[in-house]
Amino acid sequence: MIDWSGYIGLILQGAWVTVELTLMGSALALVVAFAAGLGRLSRFMAVRSLATTYIEFFRGTSIFVQLFWAYFVLPFAGITLTPLQAGVLALGLNVGAYGAEVVRGAVKAIGREQREACIALNLTRYQAMRHIILPQALPLMLPTFGNNAIELLKGTAVVSLISLTDMTFQAQVVRAQTGSTLIPFATILVLYFVMAWVISLGMRWLERRAGRGLDGVRV
Amino acid sequence: MSEPIIRIDNIVKKYGPLTVLDKLSMEVMPGEKLALIGPSGSGKTTILRILMTLERISDGFIEVDGEHLYHMKKDRQLVPADERHLHLMREKIGMVFQHFNLFPHKCVLDNVTLAPMLTKGMARAAAEKRAMELLDMVGMADKAKSMPAQLSGGQKQRVAIARALALSPKIMLFDEVTSALDPELVEEVLNVMRRLADETDMTMLLVTHEMGFAHDFADRVLFFDRGKIVEEGKPGDIFRHPKQERTQAFLRKIIAAGHRV
Repeated sequence: MIDWSGYIGLILQGAWVTVELTLMGSALALVVAFAAGLGRLSRFMAVRSLATTYIEFFRGTSIFVQLFWAYFVLPFAGITLTPLQAGVLALGLNVGAYGAEVVRGAVKAIGREQREACIALNLTRYQAMRHIILPQALPLMLPTFGNNAIELLKGTAVVSLISLTDMTFQAQVVRAQTGSTLIPFATILVLYFVMAWVISLGMRWLERRAGRGLDGVRV
Repeated sequence: MSEPIIRIDNIVKKYGPLTVLDKLSMEVMPGEKLALIGPSGSGKTTILRILMTLERISDGFIEVDGEHLYHMKKDRQLVPADERHLHLMREKIGMVFQHFNLFPHKCVLDNVTLAPMLTKGMARAAAEKRAMELLDMVGMADKAKSMPAQLSGGQKQRVAIARALALSPKIMLFDEVTSALDPELVEEVLNVMRRLADETDMTMLLVTHEMGFAHDFADRVLFFDRGKIVEEGKPGDIFRHPKQERTQAFLRKIIAAGHRV
């Protein structure tokens, strides 16, 4: 008879690593998404090109390859990262590239009429973006940001490949030591689902808050 | 005799191959109330949009309050205006739009105080005091805390007028401000504008299809067709004794469509 409590504890330790990766990866992704998304809308050609190059590169190559570059290739350029740093970097930049397009789309969805009102009221481009466009664009971004965050959560499983002891890595360890596949993998199945569910609930709460008073009525 | 506050000199506006304004010139005196009428596509709204710097001109010059709008002096040469120059010029001009363009995520009061606080550095208390005076003038003081989505079209437009006035522009542009309103809401907006015309010496340019209102409101009426001013004069002359064939045809159509003159 196997004493499962120790093994489950191991998986829970891994679960914490997964949570950490998801939170830090999402934070990086969010920052990058806004920088690149707004960068694509810049009036400066150089900024637009830079943002577009980043987005196309990170959407066009696999997270797996990006992770290996961050962990195994960057040291040749003199940049050595811990597995956690490499994981956060690859996940954040990868998901941030998708998020950038969400930011761009939402900002563009705020119509010409709002922009023209800003010009007529003599707001600067920055003031218009900060006070008028972004506050209205943000609620439009939230549903897709929720999707992206869940994608990122599930993407964290690849970091086990660079020996980071996340939930999936620990499940493999438990499987190797006990010979049981069902219990460790059923456990992480439930844990992933619960985490994704928490993200969903959080996003729904944010959507409700952000949508207050707007109600989609033309003004 | 004072100088014109707006001087438009041979401006051309093209969208690709389409010429919307064709070497158009006109002048507006300070305090003058001007009605721009004409068929849609005649260029009258484009004039307002150009004055508000929402559209650029393809050729020509515009002076507002003694300064070039789209040009500035640099080493004694006239060069195209930069964003900073446009920013300074926009202080003189306010605009009210057909579709109100209120900020849906801000309450009525914040819609009015936002620009004075951001562009003039006004303190919140002072901006709110001024906003409440303006909202009172347009009859919307009791809705200061409402969101735009809770208002009727006429109420939104009155808030939009207060919002534009909050920056104390010398020139106000009204672009078909009652066209998007249900008929029974038109009068409340027109009343506000009548009061504004009576009580202030602001220069006002009005693009409208409300001929009766144009008649009462304007000192001078300009009839536009195909990018040119076909006829201009006092409202009584334009509406009762139009000289040009095209003006007569336009007014006949408008009257046939049930608009009162």
